[in-house]
Amino acid sequence: MLSVTEQKEIEFSADLISKFEEIVTRYPEGKQKSALLPILHLVQAEYGWISLEAMDKIAAFLQIQAIEVYEVATFYTMFFMRPQGKFVLEVCRTGPCCLVGAEKIMHHIEKTLGVKEGEVTADGNFSWRGVECLAACGMAPVLQIGPEYTFYEHLTEESVDKLIENLKNKI
Amino acid sequence: MARKLLLGNINVPGIHTFDVYRQHGGYRAVEKALKTMTPDAVVEEVKTSGLRGRGGAGFPTGMKWSFLAKPEGRERYLVCNADESEPGTFKDRYLMTHIPHLLVEGMIVSSFALGAKTSYIYVRGEMMPQIRILERAIAEAKNAGFLGKNILGSGYDLELYVQPGGGAYICGEETALIESLEGKRGNPRIKPPFPAISGVWACPTVVNNVETIAAVVPIINDGGEEYAKVGNGRSTGTKLISASGNLNKPGVYEIELGLPVEEFIYSEEYCGGIANGKRLKAVVAGGSSVPILPANLILKTINGQPRLMSYESLSDGGFQTGSMLGSGGFIAFDEDQCIVRNTWNFARFYHHESCGQCSPCREGTGWMEKVLHNLENGHGKMSDIDLLVDVSKKIEGNTICPLGDAAAWPVASAIRHFRDEFEWHITNSKTAMEQNYGLANYADPLPKLEEVTSQN
Repeated sequence: MLSVTEQKEIEFSADLISKFEEIVTRYPEGKQKSALLPILHLVQAEYGWISLEAMDKIAAFLQIQAIEVYEVATFYTMFFMRPQGKFVLEVCRTGPCCLVGAEKIMHHIEKTLGVKEGEVTADGNFSWRGVECLAACGMAPVLQIGPEYTFYEHLTEESVDKLIENLKNKI
Repeated sequence: MARKLLLGNINVPGIHTFDVYRQHGGYRAVEKALKTMTPDAVVEEVKTSGLRGRGGAGFPTGMKWSFLAKPEGRERYLVCNADESEPGTFKDRYLMTHIPHLLVEGMIVSSFALGAKTSYIYVRGEMMPQIRILERAIAEAKNAGFLGKNILGSGYDLELYVQPGGGAYICGEETALIESLEGKRGNPRIKPPFPAISGVWACPTVVNNVETIAAVVPIINDGGEEYAKVGNGRSTGTKLISASGNLNKPGVYEIELGLPVEEFIYSEEYCGGIANGKRLKAVVAGGSSVPILPANLILKTINGQPRLMSYESLSDGGFQTGSMLGSGGFIAFDEDQCIVRNTWNFARFYHHESCGQCSPCREGTGWMEKVLHNLENGHGKMSDIDLLVDVSKKIEGNTICPLGDAAAWPVASAIRHFRDEFEWHITNSKTAMEQNYGLANYADPLPKLEEVTSQN
């Protein structure tokens, strides 16, 4: 996930900027860099991923070096460095989920969507990936969908089919 | 029924709202501490309670607090570790979802004790719904005068903020969490200096787990001595246990420390036994990092005593025949589960989550994952087993933070207790692709200690 993709000229909305400004007030004077993770989440929620262009703009806003944004955005696994499907299904693939069938769920999603892990469907609507423990092992198997990170628990092949149908209706 | 000190009101409708929480005795601890106690008296009460860190390490909380440096003219910070990511652990998510004001109340009392004027709750980024819940709870508490300037007329000011993580297990390590809160990569820091001397923005800082902070509320309400009466020996109070895997009733349970493991697994009050009428093969008792134990050793110690859910009993026998309470992430494996496959899965997890700072962990976790993948997929050699033990030993103790140990222990313990199953994967590689090794003798009556040690 280290490669970054170009994005055409972007402009953060006034609304987004005012949210950035509020976040900066949570830290002591001069420690605005702490706002970086919350800001990256807001930018990803807005655009679906984080482009080089967006990272440069964030660096300018926070008055830090661009590299300070790149190294953070690429370190944390929640941030996408390339465009994703409109809905990204993130399935927990760690031990406790696998004890109760997470692997079967991932195979089913792969088959149903017709794309491999990390790829986007031709219509641009879906992508999926396995992620590490989501701290919901008692409700396993589970998946989440950003940017709100809505949770779907006790997954079965049938419930996944229903979920994908519902998401298609939202498009 | 066991005493519930944290989750007693969890089923009250609307308990997530300020009004209902308050009607059920919420924020009494804030009133008591701010109006009738000094900060040092709060610290003393926590010391008396015997409360130990609930995130995994089990370090006495009152002692940790007393280490906090208090130089004149410098801010001090309390940071709550809600980066719950240890596989098998989901108690903090549960607590924050259903009774967020308990955490907010605990944060106010604890911040007062430490003299922090600004505190943060660092929540893993994936828990966006819980972040919203906490932000709402904080706004409600502020509205009611429990946060902000001059709380309850005491002259004490406190602002409380929620900080999201970005999806990195390593940020559950306190110095990595501090780096992350500063807007950096989650690379753990070399200690010393400890956060109590130099933490966030180089200021004295205490980092405590969600459940630890929540436990401060009953400690202040009822007194440290009362709290210490609950539990067993040096394992005082109650513990939230996250039960997962092949159980009839997985979920979060508040237990009194000292509950027999057997009762926890099989009684209807707790997990209700193994799902689908199967037999228990193994348990990881404290989150994926702690040593896995076969069924016989989780139910009884090597001396034949019933194993209890407590810091001491779970670690009875050391790593040779015991494990750890850890974070309370209790993962049960039924007879159809493959230990080799699960060990590979955990090894992949640690490889994925290694921050890459220290070579033994960065390279060793990848190496272990690769070897285990080969073993699981029928390409293993007999020498691989000792190779894994060798690599795990070279990671353990040789890294800046405990992630290295956490990666080494599951592999080493799986081989220690399930060596037969690993060997079977090599000698029967074709069969191993189609069927599992099964229960074998892992639930049999305990062997003698000499027999266990001679195998290792």
